[in-house]
Amino acid sequence: MKQSQTSRRSFLALAALTPFAVAATSACGTSGPGASSGGGGASMWYLSGEPNQTTMQKAADAFSSANPNDKITVTYFQNDAYKTKIKTAIGAGQAPTIIYGWGGGGLKTYAEASQVEDLTSWFDANPDLKKKFFPASFGAATINGKIYALPNQYVAPIVLFYNKELFAKAGVQPPKTWDDIMSLVKTFNGMGVAPFSLGGQSRWTSMMWLEYLLDRIGGPDVFKAIFEGKPNAWMDPAVIETGTKIQELVSADGFIKGFSSITADSNADQALLFTGKAAMMLHGSWTYGGMKKNGQNFVQDGKLGFVSFPTVAGGKGDPKNGVGNPASYMSISSKATDKEKETAKKFFKDGILTDTVIDAYINSGSVPIVNGIEDKLNSSADKDFLNFVYDMAKNAPTFQQSWDQALSPTAAEALLNNIDQLFLKSITPQQFAENMNGTLGK
Amino acid sequence: MSNAVSTAPRAAARRSESRDAGQRKAALAWLTLPALFFFVVFAVIPLAGVLILSFTSWDGIGAIGAAGMDNWFSVFADPVLYNALGLTFLIMIVSWLVQTPISLLLGVFTAGSQRYRAALAVLYFLPLLLSSAAVAIAFKALLDPNFGLATGLGLPFLAQDWLGVPHLALGLVIFVIAWQFVPFHTLIYQGGVRQIPKSLYEAAQIDGAGTVKQFFHITLPQLKYTIITSSTLMVVGSLTYFDLIFVLTGGGPGNSTRILALDMYLRGFRANLMGPASVIAVILVIIGLALALFLQRLGGKDKQGSQLEGL
Repeated sequence: MKQSQTSRRSFLALAALTPFAVAATSACGTSGPGASSGGGGASMWYLSGEPNQTTMQKAADAFSSANPNDKITVTYFQNDAYKTKIKTAIGAGQAPTIIYGWGGGGLKTYAEASQVEDLTSWFDANPDLKKKFFPASFGAATINGKIYALPNQYVAPIVLFYNKELFAKAGVQPPKTWDDIMSLVKTFNGMGVAPFSLGGQSRWTSMMWLEYLLDRIGGPDVFKAIFEGKPNAWMDPAVIETGTKIQELVSADGFIKGFSSITADSNADQALLFTGKAAMMLHGSWTYGGMKKNGQNFVQDGKLGFVSFPTVAGGKGDPKNGVGNPASYMSISSKATDKEKETAKKFFKDGILTDTVIDAYINSGSVPIVNGIEDKLNSSADKDFLNFVYDMAKNAPTFQQSWDQALSPTAAEALLNNIDQLFLKSITPQQFAENMNGTLGK
Repeated sequence: MSNAVSTAPRAAARRSESRDAGQRKAALAWLTLPALFFFVVFAVIPLAGVLILSFTSWDGIGAIGAAGMDNWFSVFADPVLYNALGLTFLIMIVSWLVQTPISLLLGVFTAGSQRYRAALAVLYFLPLLLSSAAVAIAFKALLDPNFGLATGLGLPFLAQDWLGVPHLALGLVIFVIAWQFVPFHTLIYQGGVRQIPKSLYEAAQIDGAGTVKQFFHITLPQLKYTIITSSTLMVVGSLTYFDLIFVLTGGGPGNSTRILALDMYLRGFRANLMGPASVIAVILVIIGLALALFLQRLGGKDKQGSQLEGL
């Protein structure tokens, strides 16, 4: 009797375990967002945050109701969290059908691992779609001559914003040269106002300073050599001068107290500008929409000023050169089913940059990457800013993609880490250049 | 209950005692199977995977290629590793030094029986109920030099760049860790103190020992194993402090709070260097095992025996 009890117990134990074992083995490949949307629709991951989240949701809803068999399901993530999440998901074969990204080095990694679809022939078959977008927006979507992503959303150069009210109070003009910047730093510190707002903990925010300074000092060829992995490209004297200028600005208290503990995800850096705690901010043009929405009437009352990045005496760069994001990008996962890929392509063609979406972007203060929108921009309440961005995107002799997106993820992480230390003055400009030089070609 | 059950069956049980013991052991062996299964699936297999990955080059997305010892050489030549190792041990030791006395004293205090102490014990326990991420976000917001507590309450001395200056950030990380985990260890000590027989204290009182003497000669020695348990959890746990630091500082400013666990994550998932990240993971496992073994030794071999012998 005892014997039979033992074996019954062990049988029960095994029975109880079976579902766990099945769950454990099946968790390896069949579940997850890639497969769960198998019913004809496509899944997409996108960034949270307004106003874009609402715009994208409306676009997806409109597409889904017009195509009841091809629904688009969107999941939203915070910017910095998303960048990690998407890489992990792709590596694990769990990517959504539509992969949102920034093109450049990240896209190159995906393309070389055959994780994203080659869209070249699809674009050839849809010439109207290709002609619809700014030609420059295809640069960061093209790897080895093939197009791996659909450019979308808007062009987002980095802009020098300033608080007009504070400038009027101080009786000064926005900076045109680096020397102007250094003297404005003294003026505003004297007034008890921080000269520049900066969300330094996010690190890519600090990077924007280097991007412009290196361009103004050494011209666009310096970074081009770095991007192409030429030997000793980081050891260019312009890189060292850039680092020196940055540390001079940090030493002169150019940035707000505590900048290295402020994150851009919380938009605290924007808040510093529109609440008058900081006089200026170097940031992406996408922050215009955020400040308009959150800054009470700061933008609406015309208190937000914007200029191009100043020149540096003796520098080679054209002051019309821009840096930033030429567009956003969407790729299709090669792991998706044919049906999902079809849905995604249909959405790319009919669902993303529709007239409604274009209007929504313009209304939120952004310039969509669509040709022939001059009239729309001119009739907008934000026409000054929109035309400023549009002209910059259209007339810039070179428009450099943000470094952390242009470089490979490995080099980008090393770059952000070294920039953080450069701003903290824990490494010298020389060490910065040397450390980065070690990452060339990685 | 005790009378009815204990008389008749006991005699029958004694007869078949030796046969029973063997069978009971067999039955108990079955009971370890689920644990063993989960241990193999979720610990042994991934561990072997990490060890294999540490000899490969993989960006986490494309194909995996063999790398031989390259990752190991490159990681050990990297000053970031030594910085991370140093920080990990520094945080471990300082956290232990800060948390142990506080939680020991609080544990002794809350082990008392008055009603208000029960209420206090609940209050002390609250921080542990919050997730590390929530704790980190809350502290980050409170300590923001421009919009935080300092401006809100008008306390200028609080308006430091807490998370932006390397040594302040490190100190703050240790403080927040203590804030979160002291309640847990207090609870362990409270339990330990309540296990100490009252008769020991009664005897000491008769001999004329005061509160301080009682603490050092009865409470502390009797808590030896509790201290070892709590310390093991603290020390081994400090190897895995990740979420809190990740949200609070992200390893910054510079590399000033980039402990091993964070270093592993940043290498693997930010820089797409799965090979070197796996090397760090293996190092973490080795350190964790060594520390756990060391602390077990410290407890002595008689650990399983009764503490109340001779009473």
